[in-house]
Amino acid sequence: MAQITLSKLAHSYHPTPKSEADFALKEMDHVWQDGGAYALLGSSGCGKTTLLNIISGLVRPSHGRVLFGETDMTDAPTAERNIAQVFQFPVVYDTMTVRENLAFPLRNRGKDAEYIKRRVDHIAAMIGMEERLNHKARGLTADAKQKISLGRGMVSEDVNAILFDEPLTVIDPHMKWELRTQLKSLHRDFGHTMIYVTHDQTEALTFADKVVVMYDGRVVQMGTPQELFETPAHTFVGYFIGSPGMNLLDATVQGSEATVNGVPVQLGANYGSVTGRVQIGIRPEFVSLTDEEGLPFRLTRVEDVGRHRIIRGEVFGKPMNLVAPEGQPVGADARVRFAWQMVNVYSDDWRVAPIGARAA
Amino acid sequence: MPLRGSAFVMFLYLLFLLVPIYWLVNMSLKTNTEITSVFTLWPQDLTFRNYAVILTDPSWYMGYVNSLIYVVLNTVISISVALPAAYAFSRYRFMGDKHLFFWLLTNRMAPPAVFALPFFQLYSSVGLFDTHIAVALAHCLFNVPLAVWILEGFMRGVPKEIDETAYVDGYSFPRFFLRIFLPLIASGVGVAAFFCFMFSWVELLLSRTLTAVNAKPIAAIMTRTVSASGMDWGVLAAAGVLTIIPGALVIYFVRNYIAKGFALGRV
Amino acid sequence: MDKTQNNKAWFLVLPVLLLVAFSAVIPLMTVVNYSLQDTFGNNEFFWAGLEWFEDVLHSDRIHAALGRQIMFTAIILAIEVPLGIFVALNMPKKGFWSSLCLVLMALPLLIPFNVVGTIWQIFGRVDIGLLGHTLAWLGVDYNYTSNALDAWLTVIVMDVWHWTSLVALLCYAGLQSIPEAYYQAAKIDQASRWSVFRYIELPKMQGVLLIAVLLRFMDSFMIYTEPFVVTGGGPGNSTTFLSIDLVKMAIGQFDLGPAAAFSLIYFLVILLISWVFYTVMTNLDKRDGV
Repeated sequence: MAQITLSKLAHSYHPTPKSEADFALKEMDHVWQDGGAYALLGSSGCGKTTLLNIISGLVRPSHGRVLFGETDMTDAPTAERNIAQVFQFPVVYDTMTVRENLAFPLRNRGKDAEYIKRRVDHIAAMIGMEERLNHKARGLTADAKQKISLGRGMVSEDVNAILFDEPLTVIDPHMKWELRTQLKSLHRDFGHTMIYVTHDQTEALTFADKVVVMYDGRVVQMGTPQELFETPAHTFVGYFIGSPGMNLLDATVQGSEATVNGVPVQLGANYGSVTGRVQIGIRPEFVSLTDEEGLPFRLTRVEDVGRHRIIRGEVFGKPMNLVAPEGQPVGADARVRFAWQMVNVYSDDWRVAPIGARAA
Repeated sequence: MPLRGSAFVMFLYLLFLLVPIYWLVNMSLKTNTEITSVFTLWPQDLTFRNYAVILTDPSWYMGYVNSLIYVVLNTVISISVALPAAYAFSRYRFMGDKHLFFWLLTNRMAPPAVFALPFFQLYSSVGLFDTHIAVALAHCLFNVPLAVWILEGFMRGVPKEIDETAYVDGYSFPRFFLRIFLPLIASGVGVAAFFCFMFSWVELLLSRTLTAVNAKPIAAIMTRTVSASGMDWGVLAAAGVLTIIPGALVIYFVRNYIAKGFALGRV
Repeated sequence: MDKTQNNKAWFLVLPVLLLVAFSAVIPLMTVVNYSLQDTFGNNEFFWAGLEWFEDVLHSDRIHAALGRQIMFTAIILAIEVPLGIFVALNMPKKGFWSSLCLVLMALPLLIPFNVVGTIWQIFGRVDIGLLGHTLAWLGVDYNYTSNALDAWLTVIVMDVWHWTSLVALLCYAGLQSIPEAYYQAAKIDQASRWSVFRYIELPKMQGVLLIAVLLRFMDSFMIYTEPFVVTGGGPGNSTTFLSIDLVKMAIGQFDLGPAAAFSLIYFLVILLISWVFYTVMTNLDKRDGV
């Protein structure tokens, strides 16, 4: 097991990339701690799978290095990296039995028969396939096949990392939850470094200690679920995490006060003077309706989602959502007030760190 | 490194395939004196006389026309009868369907030599001997089963919901088949047509047996003329090269479908 | 797929049925008719019963031809199938080179059979052919018109030249259907090259390989034109395969009765073996469809 370092890493599928747009992955420097449980989150086509394949060695990066511990692995073939990876769609060896499938990675690594049997039985119990161990893999349902793929990923104990590429896409919801819990306990027991690619934020937030959000070939934030929620480093993180996402309003910012369409808004810290396209962002959870002073709010819709209600409306023609407790009266025209400590300031989509007080 | 090895293997294999063909082309561009008196790897005395002989003499070049006529006729007939049958096999169960399907395939397995004589008598008795249609029909013996087989494979890949949706939308069967279904399996039709063309074009035993003068295929003319005029190697080689050209053209047009086509829709 | 029971589907099959009946059933009846009768010319026929069948079954000449045929088919299958797989594994997967290989490989398949024969007839000649000339120059005593072994070698190499591409292209199509993720998973699992072949590539090629073997079996068992052009069945009878013998008998000697009986037995043998293949194949299909 080892810490994985990406140094000045970038990747382009073009032979001679000219502009930034030619890069599937833009230059990045990141360290993935040994034993961490990471979720890699982002919309489709943002480079998640490319990044994963670079770590496992299936794709050679066009620029930069990949290090395992202190060893440069950039040019090492997949087999030498000793990594497990589970793909989005089931990959099973049709002509083998379930048992042979699960034993395959161990056999190839030259483990002894007794050990293989013990591990296979253990994993089979974990994925609930004990009874079908001697069946041929051909003819199993897609989700049974995917469980075998997952099992093959988890069967080796001494791998450097286990990578999951949206592994639960084809699994039915009940089993999804069950398997995720199993993965989590596997991580607790063995402390493998795990990287879990998904576009489902619930999956990411429940699985990982650290969530890595990617957008357009870039890692825009790497942080705990709480950090992503409270201080999104990029407007995309604000929009992508949370339901509904963060509200954004164009504003001008001077010191600890923002102005939206001439209406002043109190900020939680001093930002000096901010240039570029300036926006303020506030989570719907920290917005409340008020009769007193605030931004004018035009209500469009109220959604009841169980324990709370989502109130959708507009402020100066821009969408503004807020989460209100059950039972609170909603007037047609009102004003909204922000919990001022929770307002973030963005310049050209990137978060601006305040001066002094509440540094991120 | 594995890429190098692969490239080397492919190079050797393609060399093995192309050298005999090159030799034929080489000979077709030589004079007969050069062919028989000296041994040269390429023509020293480049000549197009051999081609000129063929392209100016109707008894030669009509052979190509004849071959093309019956090949195209056969392809059209095979595909048009195979389409509805393949649809039936891919969509419905009916009395005796499996036996029928196998029986069709057995005709693909019949040695043409077995049929040569009876065909000769059959087509003579109905007055079709030495016509293009006779050869086209005879080649249906092995092309129709193949076309049904290939098309059935492709049609099985089209979900049945498409048919049902079309009927719900008020399409009649012929209109649905021509407007909606056929475009969906266009590549399958192309593949089937390619195979019909191929097997009809290369077959000689039946086409030679069933023709005498008017519909004689080029391949048969080749054998006869050469044996009559002694050893005109140059013309023989030129005629051979000319028979390769239609095949090469067809391959070139379907090059993007070849890989898929050879799977016969079954992968 | 769930198929609906519908006997009206027979109407869709009817054109095929009529066409094939016309070009297969009627001629086949003629053959059966001949096989049971004898003639002394003048279109007078006499009932001969199963006499011809007995003759054919006991004919040394036909036994010898059958023996040669089986040997020929076995040899070319043993060469073409492994070689075809090997070539398919080495073909470029995509891009310009892959199209080029496909086009060049398909070329021999579209050459009329007798032209294939002609190409090799010329190619192997010691006086004017590249192969024959080169061999002679190397000091090899090679002559396919007088030496039976040389004739066999020439016919086999010709068949390999002609048909290996068919096997290779079928296998290539099978290989193309394997998703990239399978190869990636194999790398992750640290599988050896042999394991990748054995557990990923071979199972995926199984279906097309059976088609390839079936086609090559049938076609090589009926081979006529190519060896006939090259060797004329000789030297002696050394390359006289079943079809060549049959045509000699039916059209050369006009022995209609024995030829017809021979035809039927010949056809039945091919049918029987093909039926075994077909059954295996459809069973495989069913197993995959689960």
